[in-house]
Amino acid sequence: MRAFAYERPTTLQGAVALLAEHGSEARLLAGGTDLIIRLRDGSIAPRIVVDLKRIAELDGQIREHDGGLTIGARAVMTDIAADGRIRRDYRALAEAAAVVGSVQIRNRATLAGNICNASPAADTAPALLVYGARVIAAGPAGTRRIPIDAFFVRSGVTTLARGELVTAIELPRPTSRPGSVHLRRTRRRGHDLASVTLACAVRADGVTQLAYGSLGPRPVLVSDETGLLADPTAPELAKMRRLEALFVGASPSPRSMRASPEYRLAMLHVLGLRAVGTAIERLAQGSVPR
Amino acid sequence: MTMRQRIELTVNGRIRSVEVAPHHTLLDVLRDDLGLTGTKECCLVGECGACTVLVDDLAVDSCLMLGVEADGASVTTVEGLATGDKLHPLQEAFLETGAAQCGFCIPGQLLAAAALLANDPHPTRAAVEEGLAGNLCRCAGYEQIIEAVVVAARAGASES
Repeated sequence: MRAFAYERPTTLQGAVALLAEHGSEARLLAGGTDLIIRLRDGSIAPRIVVDLKRIAELDGQIREHDGGLTIGARAVMTDIAADGRIRRDYRALAEAAAVVGSVQIRNRATLAGNICNASPAADTAPALLVYGARVIAAGPAGTRRIPIDAFFVRSGVTTLARGELVTAIELPRPTSRPGSVHLRRTRRRGHDLASVTLACAVRADGVTQLAYGSLGPRPVLVSDETGLLADPTAPELAKMRRLEALFVGASPSPRSMRASPEYRLAMLHVLGLRAVGTAIERLAQGSVPR
Repeated sequence: MTMRQRIELTVNGRIRSVEVAPHHTLLDVLRDDLGLTGTKECCLVGECGACTVLVDDLAVDSCLMLGVEADGASVTTVEGLATGDKLHPLQEAFLETGAAQCGFCIPGQLLAAAALLANDPHPTRAAVEEGLAGNLCRCAGYEQIIEAVVVAARAGASES
């Protein structure tokens, strides 16, 4: 690994000042499970690494806020997967956090880092999309909220402005508790990146939201407002046609080693239909985990 | 160009003060600065788990953590499992079931298993598989490793 300077600011202002001073020569360190791999393989070579873990204003707490939840930038996947409120009201996010990497990875990897890394295969991204999460970012111009759908650009690129960093992720209060689920396809059980990662939320008002990743440069949110997908009595064939129309924008890379584009597209439709079924069941049950 | 930084951490119950380069991982610090070579270097991308240690009682891949990040932390490596001449119950169980073949992955497997049993003293087989999913064994000794963890759980490994 190439040498770099290491700074451990204790205030948010200190971190923002370091980013302003060093610009693209600086990299932020939260959990490090993506960053350290890239530092070692030489794909990035910053002059300075800014460790966010001693900043008083940034913590790993999950707080209730206007009926929703605010997840601190240092919250790790293990804590998100285990949080009773997330498991109850944002179940797809708990399920997604529970399958990121391995125990070792989940004990370090943060939700904020997962979205800032902006991998198209990020397992938490589809869940955040179906719940309409907002990213809270702090920078030289102050604090702003970015809808998660306006956050992802492509692999490794977000709409964070220069000098901005994520301080928390907000989950708005669900209008009515939806039935929701996260599903994914991997090459093997255990520790693997997703060939398809997908979240689905079916609301009591008949709106179904689906978000998928690993099928293009960024995770994608689509919505069915016709009520067809949410209808437990609608024929499966009609639902499959509807899903085909909704998933028309999926564009898996032909160069990926993990799975062929044809396989990914086929599995997207299989998982989509399965997820709609599970979400409908959970909506009927009140979405309480076993 | 880079200044070494002094950190203080507790390793296997002993307070250690060490000057580390910021770009050295915790794995580098344990092996090269502290001479604790029980922790193994293998894939260096967080997939194999050979470098697993406990940091503040949580299993982590020490290849994906900088040494400086461990400042103030308590670290347990495989060298810290036995008490004097007495092996840890997990180590006994690994011996008893023949779970160690070439042995290279075993330090990481032991620490992942120790973390698992601390949280879940009587895990199901599925929970053992999930708890050890981040630890690869190139000898493919998974059956014996899983059995060893189950045997240790039965013997009350988490209480020691």
